[in-house]
Amino acid sequence: MTASETAVAVAAAGIQVALIVVGAPYLAGLMRQVRARMEGRAGAGVGQPMRDLRKLFRKEATRPEGTSVVFAAAPLIMLASAVFLAAVIPFVSTIAAVGGVSDLFAVVAILLLGTVSLALAGLDTGTAFGGIGASREVTIVALVEPTILLAIFALSVRVGSSNLTDIVAGTLASPSQVLSPASLLAAVAFAVVIVAEAGRLPVDNPSTHLELTMIHEAMVLEYSGRDLAMVELAASMRLALLLGLGVNLFAPWGVATSLAPLALLLGIVMLIVKVALVGVALAVIEVFMAKLRLFRVPELLAGSLLFALLAVAASYFLA
Amino acid sequence: MSAAVSTQLLDVISGAILLTAVLTLWRRDLAAIIRLLAIQGVFIAGLALLLGVTERSGELCLAALAVAVLKAGVLPAILRRVLADSGEVRETAPLVNVTASLLAAAVLTLLAYVLSGPLVALAPSAATRALPVGIAVVLLGFFMLVTRRRALSQVIGFLLLDNGITTTAFLATSGVPLVVELGVSLDVLLVVIVLQIVAARMRMAFGSTDLDGLSELRD
Repeated sequence: MTASETAVAVAAAGIQVALIVVGAPYLAGLMRQVRARMEGRAGAGVGQPMRDLRKLFRKEATRPEGTSVVFAAAPLIMLASAVFLAAVIPFVSTIAAVGGVSDLFAVVAILLLGTVSLALAGLDTGTAFGGIGASREVTIVALVEPTILLAIFALSVRVGSSNLTDIVAGTLASPSQVLSPASLLAAVAFAVVIVAEAGRLPVDNPSTHLELTMIHEAMVLEYSGRDLAMVELAASMRLALLLGLGVNLFAPWGVATSLAPLALLLGIVMLIVKVALVGVALAVIEVFMAKLRLFRVPELLAGSLLFALLAVAASYFLA
Repeated sequence: MSAAVSTQLLDVISGAILLTAVLTLWRRDLAAIIRLLAIQGVFIAGLALLLGVTERSGELCLAALAVAVLKAGVLPAILRRVLADSGEVRETAPLVNVTASLLAAAVLTLLAYVLSGPLVALAPSAATRALPVGIAVVLLGFFMLVTRRRALSQVIGFLLLDNGITTTAFLATSGVPLVVELGVSLDVLLVVIVLQIVAARMRMAFGSTDLDGLSELRD
């Protein structure tokens, strides 16, 4: 890669980060608005999460007495890990400035870093709710993380590399692979994982404050002001990241394979359109779903783990 | 039909057969399980039809028709009638809970892959490479047969087992003789009808089809 190409690749990564950071709150807003309209409410508008974030970022953060550096650092770690992932996952172009880092295992580990830091912060407050939230979150994560690994691993078998960029490029090169049983099973598993990891229905209800049901909300109860804004931004970014990763792994059309400006522009537009469509679809499905009982959640996740495992098995014994 | 397309179709159909088998373990709603069984029957018929078309064998296409009528039509219809009579909507208490049986299903699938490895190595082709799917469905059927309590669930496990055997036969031999297929199908039909009558008698005697009730002696 020449110096000018590197500069363009870095610029593309920068655009990607900016797109995710700015777009994620609007994605959350879009999903809320779709839900509101389908439930017959007027809704607060697509820009409401962004307005909330702006307001929160201007406010001072208060921290509960007796909390340690774990509590203070968690929002930063969560946001930093999300921003880092936004830079390395191949969203817009398969020629990444930091291509070597977009390895499947690194990406999942960094995703886990954010989750764990928030769970630790929930424990650090010493409140009952923080503890409940953290323990529930860890229960779910224990089944979700291997599922993500297995689901993407099934896709990486045919490419022969665990690098996400290579997987996306491989699928772009031979699009008929999308219809293989391995990738269909992996897609189902990955969809369940997105729902669980992003704390959406039927695993967690993002708009509730009922102690019986909440997982993510229980951990962030003690946060306020700037810290809360960071946690909320990171949470919506994780949803956008997972949705973006999902669409690019299973339907990578439009992702730029060169650094030509037109191809990059197409990549950006396609990313926005695809993520918005999937987000709207997710919101529509959520309207028709009830929250699953917490004890049934491991059943759902074990099912998706099984799908992912079958996907890996199928990628070996079928084709 | 080109070889690449038929291979891909074969893979997708095999994947769907495996998927429906796993989903029957996941769901508790008996009506949904019967529906899945019917869908699986359609896919097995599709598999036979695909093999019939690629091998240009009219006999196989007839077998596909027979499979479609029996597995997607007659057997689910019988099961639905039993379900409507019994008034039991769900499998309430399987011996192994759903989460554990899903994990067991994962292990069984891998076991099927290991077991069929040497068989596939004998004559590698697109159809034989899908052989683990058939064996996995057989094992899943066995698993369902031994871990469920309700008579109806056990019949479903038995049918899953039979579906697995049919799939394995089609994949391994690239077409069973029509006579054999018809014989097996009639056997299965007979077994299900007999089981239906047995279940009806059980319900008359005990008021439910929970098979644990049979372990105690009565007058």
